[in-house]
Amino acid sequence: MYDVIIVGAGVIGSFVARELARYDLNVLVLEKNNDVGDETSMANSAIIHSGYDPHVGTLKAKLNVLGNKMFESVCKDLDVSFYKIGSITIAINDKQVEQLYELADNGKANGVDVKIIDKDELLAIEPFATKKAIKALLAKDAGIINPFELVSALMENAIDNGVNLHLNEKVIDIKRNDKHFVVTTDKDKYQTKVVINAAGVYSDTINNFVSDKKEEILPRRGQYFVLDHFSSPYVTHTLFSLPTDKGKGVLVSPTTSGNYLVGPSSDFIDDKEDKDTTTDVLNQVISQAYDLVDILPMKEQIREFSGIRAYHKSGDFIINEDKGFINLLGIQSPGLASSPAIALEALELVKKTLSLKEKANYNPKRREVIRLNKLTLEERNQVIEENPDYGIIVCHCEKVSLGEIKDAIRRNAGAHTIKGVKKRVRAGFGRCQGGYCQAAIASILAKELNVSLSDILYANKGSNILKGKIGDDQNA
Amino acid sequence: MLKTYELVIIGGGASGLSAAISAYEEGVKDILIIERNDSLGGVLNQCIHNGFGLEYFKEELSGPTYASRFIDKIKEYKIEYVLNSDVLELTKDKDIYFSNEKGYHHIKAKAIICSTGCYERNRGAINIDGSRPSGVMTAGTAQRYLNNYGYMVGKKAFILGSGDIGLIMARRLTLSGAKVLGVAEIMPYSNGLNRNIVQCLNDYNIPLYLSHTVKKVVGKTKLEKIILAKVDEKMQFIEGTEMEFDCDVLLLSVGLVPSNKLLEDIGCKMHPRTKGPIVNQYFETSIEGIFACGNNLHVHDLVDYVTLEASDTGKFAAKYIKENLDRNFDVEVANGNLIGYVVPAKLKAGEGNAQVKFRVSKPVTNARLIVKNNDKVLKSLRKDYLLPSLMEIVKLDLKDIEKGELKLEVELND
Repeated sequence: MYDVIIVGAGVIGSFVARELARYDLNVLVLEKNNDVGDETSMANSAIIHSGYDPHVGTLKAKLNVLGNKMFESVCKDLDVSFYKIGSITIAINDKQVEQLYELADNGKANGVDVKIIDKDELLAIEPFATKKAIKALLAKDAGIINPFELVSALMENAIDNGVNLHLNEKVIDIKRNDKHFVVTTDKDKYQTKVVINAAGVYSDTINNFVSDKKEEILPRRGQYFVLDHFSSPYVTHTLFSLPTDKGKGVLVSPTTSGNYLVGPSSDFIDDKEDKDTTTDVLNQVISQAYDLVDILPMKEQIREFSGIRAYHKSGDFIINEDKGFINLLGIQSPGLASSPAIALEALELVKKTLSLKEKANYNPKRREVIRLNKLTLEERNQVIEENPDYGIIVCHCEKVSLGEIKDAIRRNAGAHTIKGVKKRVRAGFGRCQGGYCQAAIASILAKELNVSLSDILYANKGSNILKGKIGDDQNA
Repeated sequence: MLKTYELVIIGGGASGLSAAISAYEEGVKDILIIERNDSLGGVLNQCIHNGFGLEYFKEELSGPTYASRFIDKIKEYKIEYVLNSDVLELTKDKDIYFSNEKGYHHIKAKAIICSTGCYERNRGAINIDGSRPSGVMTAGTAQRYLNNYGYMVGKKAFILGSGDIGLIMARRLTLSGAKVLGVAEIMPYSNGLNRNIVQCLNDYNIPLYLSHTVKKVVGKTKLEKIILAKVDEKMQFIEGTEMEFDCDVLLLSVGLVPSNKLLEDIGCKMHPRTKGPIVNQYFETSIEGIFACGNNLHVHDLVDYVTLEASDTGKFAAKYIKENLDRNFDVEVANGNLIGYVVPAKLKAGEGNAQVKFRVSKPVTNARLIVKNNDKVLKSLRKDYLLPSLMEIVKLDLKDIEKGELKLEVELND
């Protein structure tokens, strides 16, 4: 019997897992994909919003503001890249200026430090902002994060502290009886006292197994561009265009890895699995981005991707508990920014069913990551002397070493696919998109995992990058 | 204790090898080649097909054999080189920072030659609609898997791009037991060498779909099929021309992009068309003492011409090191009608010979290549055809040139 089963190892499930790892509990996380954080958590704007946007009085407003404040400390403990660069929302016409003032009022009511600035001040702090700007809203507490690092670090720390993780295991039914739940997956059946639904876009399916109050999550797709590193300066804040009823609007933002994100769109789609990118929508994204900047180096585009938002018609988070079944449902923007606070809410709801005893030996910190590009020459040489693998560069575009790749594979909740390595240490993330280094990364994975090259997956099962040795099928 | 070399060459592929040999033969003995792979030779090491050396050696060699001719010379001259070593940073003062298992090293050089080659343009840069499953890769990556590792990348392949690499891979995949369903090319003409069209497609009955490109990639986890469609002159899809191909691998051969991050990061002036640095007659970039040659300067079609260009560059770098280089350039080289780009950008009128290399911006037949010097026609060469996929070289006697402007243009005969 488990104490808690968490369905979904995205950012929400992983934050909850780490939170529960503080206590003497048997916790199991079930993730249908072949890696943690492989759905919405890896395809988003990577912004820790300040909290001025959600309407006063909503759960989103409360948890966004609380969550934002928690990130600095969490990221310090988990050694996750997080930079509070501030966000600027730009108004380019009178109607938008009105909206800006409404947002400022809403933000102040939420307790967020926001300030309306005029064009001169805007261009002084952000020279790449569009000259069409009339006024702008500066939120200095907004930040950017590496969402891939965050999820894998959370789960690594949770596992370090005793949480169990099953990948490639999909929940196909949950039944409640007097004392506990029976969770059926495509591989096994488990008994648990508490179920926590952190299943993102499919949190309605999980809810509807158990609850009489049926929920519906509608998929809303967002498409983005990723731009390469530039050799000269560009935007230094996250720039937002004004929220519309479709969502937060487009952004142009630096990322923690020195790239730039442009997007997202807001596509109403029918199929929750439809992660296609489409040229016509992406072209619209570009034209919207010109409301934010006058110069947009789209020639530096190195990738497009899309993510699916878990939209609930209430427009708010649905967080509730019913005799041990805890919903963390409809977590779309500002879900990432709210995630640490959502985990605390979940904790309080767990306490309704379970009495919690703190572990004596809980360690909130994960082992530090060696980041070569942040070291001085002497420090770098020291690291290489102690482990020569840190001197061998494998991904030349992003300058990632063999040592960093091996470390990413060997940690708990570590990488075991090409995409897993890419997410954790950026190898294959750069301008050649793994064209040069994928073969080397596959070899490293094969050696570490003690399998053949044919067994190496790009991501999920069935995505083998190679199809056997030449001549394998000739001898039949 | 900062070690200063006379010449540091970044990249030990075809270009770097020739530059090193040539500089050595001009009397520069203190050379270091920094190569990031585990052997010298660069991309030649994965090109097991023939066709290299027809111009330079008058022989038909495979890639590794061609490379070995130069590697043998490097060893004979005992020119120093390091492998598995990646240059991470340069400065305008010619500091070089490189990393390998022995450490993160800081050295200096009197002259640097950047022979860093290219990377392949890939899906991320060209917006193909659809999902992002496994099974979509660049042709060069597939070539590495097949030739260096001995693995199949798929059983049923489709290739986008009739560039040479794509054509070569069409044949290679077929010979390794895969079925190649077709090669698509967005332009109305092929990009690759004619001999490759014949020897890689026609000889294997692989259809070539001109004016077609991939409209959509389909497959949730792994590639299942592609949707191909025809495009018009404006590169817009023509409705009703969609074709589906069930395949498990899509190879992209959609162009090479010069690798010049090290130069870009120190503010080197770059040519918007070639994506390489702007160079003068000596293949010297806008940063004094830093030279560039080979594919990272501009993409070549034949390695033989890379060798020749790198040889010249090595000589000029040697002259620079001995302070024998007259750098008072007085001729600006410009590209006129139908000329895509010209290399170099600057010449010095007076003594010796120079070569101006160029590509046309679109295919022309029955034309004249005109070389004008300050509006006076210097040369008028009849050309039956000129293709963007074939780099051309114009030889000039610098005695015939006056200071001012040298302009290349194409005139169509009617």
